[in-house]
Amino acid sequence: MPLTPVLSAHWDEADSYTIDGYRRHGGYDALAIAFAKQPDDVIGLVKDSGLRGRGGAGFPTGMKWGFVPQGDGKPHYLVVNADESEPGACKDVPLMLANPHSLVEGVIIASYAIRAHHAFIYIRGEVPHAIRRVAAAVREAYAAGFLGSNIKDSGFDLEVVVHAGAGAYICGEETALLDSLEGFRGQPRLKPPFPAVAGLYASPTVVNNVETIASVPSIVTNGADWYTSYGSEKSPGVKLFAVSGHVERPGIFEAPMGTTMRELLGWAGGMRKGHRLKFWVPGGSSVPLLTEEHLDVPYTYEDIAAAGSMLGTGTPMVFDETTSVTRAVTRWLEFYKHESCGKCTPCREGTYWLVDLLRRLESGSGSHSDITRINEVSAQIMGRSFCALGDAAATPFPGAIKYFADEIALGTHTAAADLFDPVAATVFAGVNV
Amino acid sequence: MAISETTRAQMREVLVDYPRKRSALMPLLHLAQADEGYISQDSIVVVSEMVELTEAEVTAVSSFYTMYLKRESGRVRVGVCINSLCAVLGGDEIWDSLVDHCGVGNNQTTDDGAVTLERIECQAACTHAPVMTANWEFLDDMTVEKAKQVVDDLRAGQAVQSTRGPVVRTFADAGRTIAGVDDGLTAEGEIRDDRMLAGLRLAQANGDAGRSAEAERQGAVNVKGR
Amino acid sequence: MTMTTASTTGDVLEPRPDLVTVTIDGVETAVPKGTLIIRAAEQLGVAVPRFCDHPLLDPVANCRMCLIEVEGMPKPQPACAVTCSDGMVVKTQMTSPVADEAQRSVMEFLLINHPLDCPICDKGGECPLQNQAMTNGQGDTRFDGPKRTFPKPINLSAQVLLDRERCVSCARCTRFAEQIAGDPFIELLERGSQQQVGIAEDVPFNSYYSGNTIQICPVGALTSAMYRFRSRPFDLVSTPTACEHCASGCSLRTDSRRNAVMRRLASVDPEVNEEWNCDKGRFAFRYLESDVRLTTPMVRVDGELRPASWDEALVTAAAGLKAAAGKAGIITGGRLMVEDAYAYSVFARRALGTNDIDFRPQGSSAEEEQFLASRVAGAGLGPTYADLEKAPTVLLVAFEPEDESPIVLLRLRKAAKTGTQILSVAPAASRGLAKTNGTWIPAAPGAEPTVIAGLDENTVTALSQPGSVILVGQRAAVTAGLLSAVGRLADRTGAALGWVPRRAGDRGAVEAGVLPSLLPGGRPVADAAARVDTAAIWGVPEVPEAPGRDIPAMLAAIEGRELSALVVGGVRLDDLPADAEAALRATEFLVVLDTHAHGLVELANVVFPVAAAPEKAGTFINWEGRQRPSSQALRTNLMSDARVLAALAGELGVVGLDGDLARLRAQLGEFSGWEGVRVGSPDVAAATGEPGPGLLLATWRPLLEATVLQEGEPYLAATARGREVWLSAPESAALGATEGQLITVTSASGSVTAPLVVAETAEGTVVVTGDAHRVLGQSGERVQIAVEGQG
Ligand SMILES: Cc1cc2nc3c(=O)[nH]c(=O)nc-3n(C[C@H](O)[C@H](O)[C@H](O)COP(=O)(O)O)c2cc1C
Ligand code: SF4
Ligand code: FES
Repeated sequence: MPLTPVLSAHWDEADSYTIDGYRRHGGYDALAIAFAKQPDDVIGLVKDSGLRGRGGAGFPTGMKWGFVPQGDGKPHYLVVNADESEPGACKDVPLMLANPHSLVEGVIIASYAIRAHHAFIYIRGEVPHAIRRVAAAVREAYAAGFLGSNIKDSGFDLEVVVHAGAGAYICGEETALLDSLEGFRGQPRLKPPFPAVAGLYASPTVVNNVETIASVPSIVTNGADWYTSYGSEKSPGVKLFAVSGHVERPGIFEAPMGTTMRELLGWAGGMRKGHRLKFWVPGGSSVPLLTEEHLDVPYTYEDIAAAGSMLGTGTPMVFDETTSVTRAVTRWLEFYKHESCGKCTPCREGTYWLVDLLRRLESGSGSHSDITRINEVSAQIMGRSFCALGDAAATPFPGAIKYFADEIALGTHTAAADLFDPVAATVFAGVNV
Repeated sequence: MAISETTRAQMREVLVDYPRKRSALMPLLHLAQADEGYISQDSIVVVSEMVELTEAEVTAVSSFYTMYLKRESGRVRVGVCINSLCAVLGGDEIWDSLVDHCGVGNNQTTDDGAVTLERIECQAACTHAPVMTANWEFLDDMTVEKAKQVVDDLRAGQAVQSTRGPVVRTFADAGRTIAGVDDGLTAEGEIRDDRMLAGLRLAQANGDAGRSAEAERQGAVNVKGR
Repeated sequence: MTMTTASTTGDVLEPRPDLVTVTIDGVETAVPKGTLIIRAAEQLGVAVPRFCDHPLLDPVANCRMCLIEVEGMPKPQPACAVTCSDGMVVKTQMTSPVADEAQRSVMEFLLINHPLDCPICDKGGECPLQNQAMTNGQGDTRFDGPKRTFPKPINLSAQVLLDRERCVSCARCTRFAEQIAGDPFIELLERGSQQQVGIAEDVPFNSYYSGNTIQICPVGALTSAMYRFRSRPFDLVSTPTACEHCASGCSLRTDSRRNAVMRRLASVDPEVNEEWNCDKGRFAFRYLESDVRLTTPMVRVDGELRPASWDEALVTAAAGLKAAAGKAGIITGGRLMVEDAYAYSVFARRALGTNDIDFRPQGSSAEEEQFLASRVAGAGLGPTYADLEKAPTVLLVAFEPEDESPIVLLRLRKAAKTGTQILSVAPAASRGLAKTNGTWIPAAPGAEPTVIAGLDENTVTALSQPGSVILVGQRAAVTAGLLSAVGRLADRTGAALGWVPRRAGDRGAVEAGVLPSLLPGGRPVADAAARVDTAAIWGVPEVPEAPGRDIPAMLAAIEGRELSALVVGGVRLDDLPADAEAALRATEFLVVLDTHAHGLVELANVVFPVAAAPEKAGTFINWEGRQRPSSQALRTNLMSDARVLAALAGELGVVGLDGDLARLRAQLGEFSGWEGVRVGSPDVAAATGEPGPGLLLATWRPLLEATVLQEGEPYLAATARGREVWLSAPESAALGATEGQLITVTSASGSVTAPLVVAETAEGTVVVTGDAHRVLGQSGERVQIAVEGQG
């Protein structure tokens, strides 16, 4: 499989983040194509492209746009989910640093399609440089007449606000994000109604991931056929894969859907010298881990699901044999406990309990019944929590024990740090310390 | 301290961006925190009046988000990512060594008031692990030695260049940037590193390069996937 | 089995478009579209366990206790948030292992951090968590780690305390505060497992409705300072009572132990208070145990009041009243139950032979009396709370519901949420009005009649929509021409007109004929047929025909020696106009019936102690005209006013006056449905406002202030709203004063210093809130203002 840099094609240019750098390669040309179409035809085009949400759930984007009731007399909103906080996910922030105008152009086209005149880009607060660059891109777009009223004589008006979060993973969940954007605690809302019907200010709202929206201009320019020529029927197109962990050359690789982990691993220079793969997590900590036997599974929504995990954010984390799976899982659970919004009982109390149990295992003071209990408590959370954060928290341990039951059982007598020297796992092992 | 007139003016500017006042609550809190160093009682009063909420409603929001602080921190908040990937790749060692080196724990400030250490969650920079931040600017690919050096430099009042971002600024300035105030630093920072460009360079080397929308349209390369 | 809602034809149930059919645990039922599964299950007698669910709060589905199985849905669903759809098949914990297991799981999660301190918890014995844990057979958790702890407890207000470790984060309390009370002063703070209810640092939960949160908390997290640790549910005897504090008419549950009231709760009464009440009604009952409760009769001998036997007191009182034959009148307050009010009404006419009787010690007028006679007395039920909820438009006149009838405010908020437009002719845009999203129609004190006469076309059109309501407060009486103008507006628009008095007994007194011109049931004294009718019911040849005197006239008559004796029931000296004391001192013979010893008792010749509301059965009539029956919650030797009056009548040789509650009620019932002549509407001209120095004072009585019925309640008193001076922005600027600065307001009767609030006020008006009325007097007075510290 070849690499297919589209969004990342010009990241090596010093001014890739500026409007000039973007326009040099045809940036904002998609706007004219879109404006020449009826909004519904733009939705149709995105439907035909088969683009699926890159925020994790993979919901078909064109279909989502099509849910927005038209002619309802209410304002419509587009909200870009740039909260990227999922452990392991690191694609949207690089994209915003290097190519923010693709996002802005996508925002304009998407807003035009759903007939929104106000769009918000909700960026997690901890990434000021990404905030700077997106805000600057928005300012440049205003100055160039791509935003504001009657954009390029299309008769279409659009205001874009860049909004920063303040440190809460849950605000990546789309309804929590909307509450946060409305100035509330970022806690998820009851669904239905879905945002497409009653979202921001109870008006029809589309929430899409950064990468999803940024993919739109190239689809508009090149057509649905171009996009569907990549990937599988159910998972068309190209995607930013971000490979991290114990590999020789971690980094961002833009490639077609359907690329395998073996290919990604190859591009990343393989496992670091002298080590072998232990497990990898295909799309953020919220999806079950996979092992060596899954290296040839194509990166499509359907194939990864068939292998027992999920594509998620498509940002594999790779761990070698120096890693204690108990330690990794415990840390993820500490994350979910820290980030549980507190609204619902299973997630709030369940993560509290799981952390207590997992810490025992990590410290070598667990018992066999603790292990059973972790599985049970995970099952007690799964499917009962208010939003998918609870489900996510219930995922790592059952995923891990499927492949590493023996290792986990060692936590009944030996601390993880004694089983796996933490220093050996560091990238600077043997270099300094 | 109190919320300055300049900040109040910035707050009023932010307010007009939003269809509803309450939506401006978070940027307003960022601005207030820039002035006060944390979410003070004064901040809550001022912000609650601006967005027409009760002080309890504002407190409910400010206490929900980890970036809004309950107490003042040092000049620079130094974060060490301790989520699984960074932790395993060295974040835990870095953290331990910094705690040792600074003699303070999580959310504590060195006695010179320079640095507050903080355990932070995944920063969307895993390709650059282990990751640290200084007033939220990236410090990528850290080692124990580099981490100590950063802290020493910060304590000595020396400029610290972030990776993929500008020279580390004051906590207050960072807060204003996050709230949306243009700081003129967009062009700062080199982002074209091995990690960011890993795929692109390989593509270029393999002749896969240029498969951008524009290039394809120009027929420069005509290789379809699959 | 098929359960159906009654079909009018009695035939096979026709599928109606607004009904959907669901099957719950194998039982099919039809419910209106939009019905939540949890409610539909309730109707079938299936109780799905729940914590966050409350029928009057918007669903949140955060506790996850009510998870049930819905066929075709992959995950268990919260019954409290999912509405029934046609053909839905639901299985609750009764029939679904999935639901049962999900519920057990959630219960176990709730118990991991909940302390097992039921034996010392106030809620122990009536705790939904405890009960559901028991019935579910999930009384414990396998969690064996360290529980989350909090330093305990914290004060949310002087009255409401929170033990955070007991909280289950159901958010009932915070949702109540925001959605129902409109006082979002408590909120969920922090997040995750640290999430907790709390307040802003310096702003306590001083909501008039705060006590409701304690009642709806499904665990013992919220407690009241006054009840905390005082009693256990199983020690309590519960009695259904009606609230004696105001004319809202809340139905309450009074819980007593060893014949002392321990606490009071709001009862469920969908037509009136739904499930809520105000803090005054909930917490103010210690007055029953006051040091100055009257327990024995007293008689003045040689200038000294001393305890006396009932016989002696009755004989002495009878002798005094006999001596004053034809020159004795009656003053009652507005706090009497209707049966007692009726007894005074009968006593006046039959024992004293006079129409000199009035229940309005404060700010009454002849215009008001005519208004009451023409529009209120005998008018029956309505407008009602339900009418408010349905009304397209509600206009408030001289009425601040939050202070003066707090449950009306709650219903107006509910109405506003579904589109009712609330308008208020008032001297200022109050916070209560803002809570109803209302529109303020400015009117300086005294100018209301003119403003009402000149309402713009839009407002008149809005009020002309069928179902619109005008609510006028009791204070309207002090503004000449206002009640006349309101009556005309109602006639012109067809809007229903409701009179909202302040006190629980006011409407009952009107119905009972405790007015100089009115006999019971709205019968005009001046009308011969009404007198004949009344005489027939009483079985007497005739009732007095001579027009009676109202209170000011009675007081004047005393000073003019035309009256020499008064019987006063349930009136405090500070209820009366300031100059009343002199007249009362001049009264030759004063008989006082009261629960407490206070200023008036010192002037009395004979004092009869009477039972307070919780110590007797009886009925209040609320502002709607609805009967609010109240049972006797406490045993006592004291008699009701009616019984004392009956005994006194007997002593006076008047036969047939009855103190028996059942017979009083029956007789009162005979007065309903008067179809004869009615007094016409008042037609009083508005006073032309004379320009004068200073500003016009606007004020009203706050819900909470130091009164006899609120005595002994320091925690409640500590939540009262302080005095504030409201001035418009231009007026503040003219004064050179800024928000928060101290302003002194001086009237003829005194002066008050309080912080400035820059508010929307009518031109030339200063509003002084809190209990400032006690010092400054009534609305409409001219006052001077000065900034503290300015020369
Ligand atoms: C706990 C949680 C965190 C999430 N975080 C993110 C995120 O950071 N960014 C994102 O785009 N989607 C995130 N999602 C998914 C969003 O809810 C939503 O599905 C997505 O933004 C839709 O955009 P898409 O259709 O373009 O993928 C998260 C979901 C959950 C449950
Ligand atoms: S205090 Fe009670 S009502 Fe409030 S959230 Fe906690 S458990 Fe619920
Ligand atoms: S009662 Fe349904 S989730 Fe709480």
